[in-house]
Amino acid sequence: MKLNKIVLPLALALVATLATTGCRHGFSGKTTYLPGQRPQPVTEGENGTLPSAVPIDNAAPMPVSTPNPVTSVVPGSTPTSTNIDLGDYNQDRGALAAYTVHFKFDSAVVQDKEQQNITSVAQALGDPNLRLLIEGNCDERGTEEYNRSLGERRALALREALAKASVDPMRIKTISYGKDKPADPDHNEAAWAKNRRGEFVLLRPKTPVQ
Amino acid sequence: MKINYSKITGLLLAGLIMTAATSEAQSQPHLGMNETIRDLGITPPTPIALQGFTGEASEVLNFDLYVQGFKVVAPDAAQYVISGSNAGNISGSLTDNIAHKMLFSRTYNGASVRRQAHAFADDIVAEIRNLKPIGGTKIAYKAQTEGGSGEIYVADFDGYGAQQVTADGAIVARPAWVPGRMALYYTSYARGEPDIFYHSLSSGQRRVIAGYSGLNTSAAVSPDGSKVAMILSKSGSPNVWVCNADGSDLVRVTKGLEDSSPCWSPNGDWICYAAKLGGRRALAKVPAGGGEPQRLSTAGVLNPTEPDWSPDGKWIAFTSQMGDFSICVMAADGSVPPVALVSGQNPSWSPNSRTLIFNRGPDGRQSLSVLDVFTKQYKDCRRGTGSDSQPAWAR
Repeated sequence: MKLNKIVLPLALALVATLATTGCRHGFSGKTTYLPGQRPQPVTEGENGTLPSAVPIDNAAPMPVSTPNPVTSVVPGSTPTSTNIDLGDYNQDRGALAAYTVHFKFDSAVVQDKEQQNITSVAQALGDPNLRLLIEGNCDERGTEEYNRSLGERRALALREALAKASVDPMRIKTISYGKDKPADPDHNEAAWAKNRRGEFVLLRPKTPVQ
Repeated sequence: MKINYSKITGLLLAGLIMTAATSEAQSQPHLGMNETIRDLGITPPTPIALQGFTGEASEVLNFDLYVQGFKVVAPDAAQYVISGSNAGNISGSLTDNIAHKMLFSRTYNGASVRRQAHAFADDIVAEIRNLKPIGGTKIAYKAQTEGGSGEIYVADFDGYGAQQVTADGAIVARPAWVPGRMALYYTSYARGEPDIFYHSLSSGQRRVIAGYSGLNTSAAVSPDGSKVAMILSKSGSPNVWVCNADGSDLVRVTKGLEDSSPCWSPNGDWICYAAKLGGRRALAKVPAGGGEPQRLSTAGVLNPTEPDWSPDGKWIAFTSQMGDFSICVMAADGSVPPVALVSGQNPSWSPNSRTLIFNRGPDGRQSLSVLDVFTKQYKDCRRGTGSDSQPAWAR
């Protein structure tokens, strides 16, 4: 009896530990992704360390979604916009060139220091007829197709950041160039830092809207 | 010289019987005393002597044999002696220098000296290693010029006979062959955004099979040619999707935040791809019809991407990044951990599952190269003026 009292809590602790460890590797055998729900992505801390992942408990009740759409943008869950035909717009590359956002190496996390650029872009989209193209780019230190996905994720992360700043994501189109369009063709850290970027292109309708 | 077929058959049979009696490795007839192991990257090359060939014939034989694990040495140190001539047509013989036995003697005609030399090299490799021939195989690749744009090309596996497939002056990426057919899928920004095209090389006709909003890239055709796996971001993240060959019946297969580079297991049951787990790059496999992804261990190397599953099902090649990019190979079942072989990216298996094509060199000046995964011997393909990358071996 006494033994059971000791062993049971120990076993429970072991199970809990295993569950936590398993989830840190992302694909734990028991994890199921529910539609529209996803574990919070692990974001890179300012000091470069990775915060521990949150274990997923499928038995737990589903969280009630918050009524405020501004705070409910789950990364990766906003379908890309299908209602923007680039042929209908003139691309103004100069208007938002000052607000280009840069990323850390191998990261698609929008850094806090870039928030001012996001705010500026959101403000520039005041006219509801305007649309936005976000171009995601990478430095050369990644393989080609990996970078094509990373560039897209960067563009989508900026789109999600703008959605949080109350811009309708359906007004925003994303495109990834991977490492095919470096801003600086050099092969050093200064060039790489410039190349890890998201550029904003203002889309002005060719036909004036009444 | 006339070929006596019954004599050749007799010699072949003798060779096979001898193999059964002396060799431990069933797949490797004529295993000699100099080749006792067959491990990734550390298997010694098979010493051969090459006599009597000149010019293009000699170049082709040297290239084909070197990238399939043979090394030319002095005749008395050779395990096999290859001799013949390229006066007019190619004629040649293969002799086992240890058993003192001629294994075959053959004359080739028709086509070009180059084709004949490839055919002779194929016969030598088939006789010694019992491997599927690669001398007549094709590759597709991306040739990039300045400003990021490029075109898709098709060439012989050694880079000769290159033919331009596209002429859009746009960014292109990741050509993929339809197994057993002269047809490709590839990514092109020809319409201003990345779309996946199907392109019949025999008719020249093409059509967009995936042109959804966001990213459409990295097509990979299932072994039976009926399905295409690819990366789409239409649901909000770059994920693996699968559709029919014509683009219909699209199904989302993965749900991570940042997936790339799907490839198929040879039985078509699995799709292996590069995922991002906890902010780190990792390889995973998922049932082709959808299901729970499983992480693949790549212990010992970092940042794996660009997996390619060998046609025999045994190996997965991929690119790791530890400062520089490295071509790595591991057993698909995890029984052999990853071995980093040479510096390079974008490995693609040949039909015989022993040879890889990949690209190496500085960005903007990449060249294609052919690698024997057991001996780690590699040689660059003939190249154009731009930067060649993302080779896909037809199989």
